[in-house]
Amino acid sequence: MKSTAHDFPANAAAAIADPALQKALGRLKGHFIDKRAAARAKLPEFDALRDQAKAIKDHTLAHLDAYLERFEARVVAAGGQVHWCADGAEARATVLEICRRAGARTVTKGKTMIAEEIGLNPFLEANGIEPVETDLGEYIIQLAKEPPSHIIAPAVHKNKEQISDLFVDHHHGGDRSRRLQGIPELVTEAREVLRRRFLAADVGITGANLLIAETGQTVIVTNEGNGDLTQTLPGVHVVLASLEKVVPTLEDATTILRVLARSATGQEFSTYTTFSAGPRRAGDHDGPAAFHVVLLDNGRTTLLGNEMRDILRCIRCGACLNHCPVYGTIGGHAYGWVYPGPMGSVLSPALIGLDEAHHLPNASTFCGRCEEVCPMRIPLPRLLRHWREREFAAAKAPAAARWGLGAWAFLAARPRAYRLVARLVARTLALLGGRRGRLAALPFGAGWTATRDMPAPEGATFHAQWAAGRRR
Amino acid sequence: MSRAAILAGVRQALGRDGPLEGEALAALDRRLAQPRPNLVPTRGRVPLEDRVALFARLAGEVGATTERLAATDVPMAIARYLAQQNLPAAAAIAPDPALDALPWSTAPMLALKRGPTQGDNLVGVSRAFAAVAETGTLVMLSGPDSPTTLNFLSETHVVVLPVARLAGTYEEVWARLRAERDAIPRTVNLITGPSRTADIEQTIQRGAHGPRWLHILLVDDEG
Ligand code: SF4
Repeated sequence: MKSTAHDFPANAAAAIADPALQKALGRLKGHFIDKRAAARAKLPEFDALRDQAKAIKDHTLAHLDAYLERFEARVVAAGGQVHWCADGAEARATVLEICRRAGARTVTKGKTMIAEEIGLNPFLEANGIEPVETDLGEYIIQLAKEPPSHIIAPAVHKNKEQISDLFVDHHHGGDRSRRLQGIPELVTEAREVLRRRFLAADVGITGANLLIAETGQTVIVTNEGNGDLTQTLPGVHVVLASLEKVVPTLEDATTILRVLARSATGQEFSTYTTFSAGPRRAGDHDGPAAFHVVLLDNGRTTLLGNEMRDILRCIRCGACLNHCPVYGTIGGHAYGWVYPGPMGSVLSPALIGLDEAHHLPNASTFCGRCEEVCPMRIPLPRLLRHWREREFAAAKAPAAARWGLGAWAFLAARPRAYRLVARLVARTLALLGGRRGRLAALPFGAGWTATRDMPAPEGATFHAQWAAGRRR
Repeated sequence: MSRAAILAGVRQALGRDGPLEGEALAALDRRLAQPRPNLVPTRGRVPLEDRVALFARLAGEVGATTERLAATDVPMAIARYLAQQNLPAAAAIAPDPALDALPWSTAPMLALKRGPTQGDNLVGVSRAFAAVAETGTLVMLSGPDSPTTLNFLSETHVVVLPVARLAGTYEEVWARLRAERDAIPRTVNLITGPSRTADIEQTIQRGAHGPRWLHILLVDDEG
């Protein structure tokens, strides 16, 4: 996907002025924030599990080469293949080669952010292979020709009227008499259309939430069951995974799974958690005849070796997006590339370059809620500060901001003084950012209020959200 | 392929010249060979009857239905359930010897097709390897006696779960898997409730791609 991260300020202003998007973002709280809080309250061990999940991942990353080699050996022993790919180009070429050897014309896809990261769909299309997204949210945005706006709810920005329009155009040639109104009817129609695609696909591509070194299993987590149909019905199953997904054992995977769904959607466990190892066995009735794992580096080893290593613990639960006042105000597309929200603002500069993504580390009020809710205890604000420092060093910031960061560097070298002043500095920067955002929003006030009974303070400005977050 | 370059890059990032060696490597291999549980929540670590109640409650909360019965009553219970759901008395059933052994002659109206499904069966019947009370989750293993397609292509999935195989926690299931199987099966499916999606306006809707209905028969005298 082509990045528009360099246009972040304009993207954000447009997002704030989009009433349909603002209405959609208003649904985040009830669906994600409240449900996560309820799930956490129901499991007394939740925070202790987070500590262990973090420790497991830190241990794995510190021995990443050995665990990856062992994972590979188990996959091979089970009859599968592992393809080590340095970057997106190598991964795309590898997938294409697998598809060609299978004589593939259509490929079904479970949800995978890695495929977005490496731009797989346009590449396959350009090479005469049709990719079909099967996660309902991914399917909707594929029809709309848009990128995902959330890492676990890709079509969160779309309302059902927009989806009805897309379906009538793509399923019924624009025949308005067949336009569906209700959500159940829309889900059923998508189910029927995609069922045919599942049964006809030649290759199924999924992502992986985890890789298990002990067993050579890849793990996917879904609620729809689309990932399972994707990987069970075609003759070939391709798993796309980045290096850092590996964990040592089934027990370690379990600890992480115990915090994943609860942090993501507030479910005790997702509906389908599937562990796959190799192709179908002798005597099996179904499952693919071939199993490939495409193991992608694409900048991970660099992150492993610098002060950003902590972001490699990320399990893509989306909690930091859901709780971020900036994400909640502008949505995912404004960030301009594949990964939005706090985790994206840390990851994107590493993957597409600070030149392109230099605005993103500033898309934060430093309220700290992302770190508070992150199941893997990733210090997102600290990592964002690292990027700000680098950005400063590269002199990309305007003069005034550079002056401010110069003062910060002075203090940072003097820990005592830093502790005294840090709070104040952060607060001031946040207030300035908040106020600017608000002013930019005001000229569009009419569009904003058009969809609301009255301007709701909650979620309305960075400032208000920031204050609310602090009180908690 | 970039295997060597990536591994060298990882080692360099970790400040190491070459592969892990000596005691460090031995410790890592021990960790893999003798997997240890991490913190296990207390919720599932309860006596059998409490596990059954916990399992039924949590499975129910996500839209599955459960009933408890003797093995000999399973055929009639399936026939009754299908009638209640206004479904024809027909199903694809997993070719599992333990299912074959049930007294199907007690429910002669049931038309059963033994084997996987291509999506042309409204109902699939299979037997769980185990279940986890902690989250109301079924554990299905792919194999000659358990086609994976039955878990996903049927509209209604009926699962026979021997109560003796209802564990409290995931860790117990992994121990059982290692003890009972020589090799990891192609697929381990953890199933918690029927298929659902919230991708349209964050409204939960059941039956996205997998079964809309999940009915679990907790069987007392079959292990
Ligand atoms: S950074 Fe943490 S909260 Fe955000 S997606 Fe990753 S694991 Fe979840």
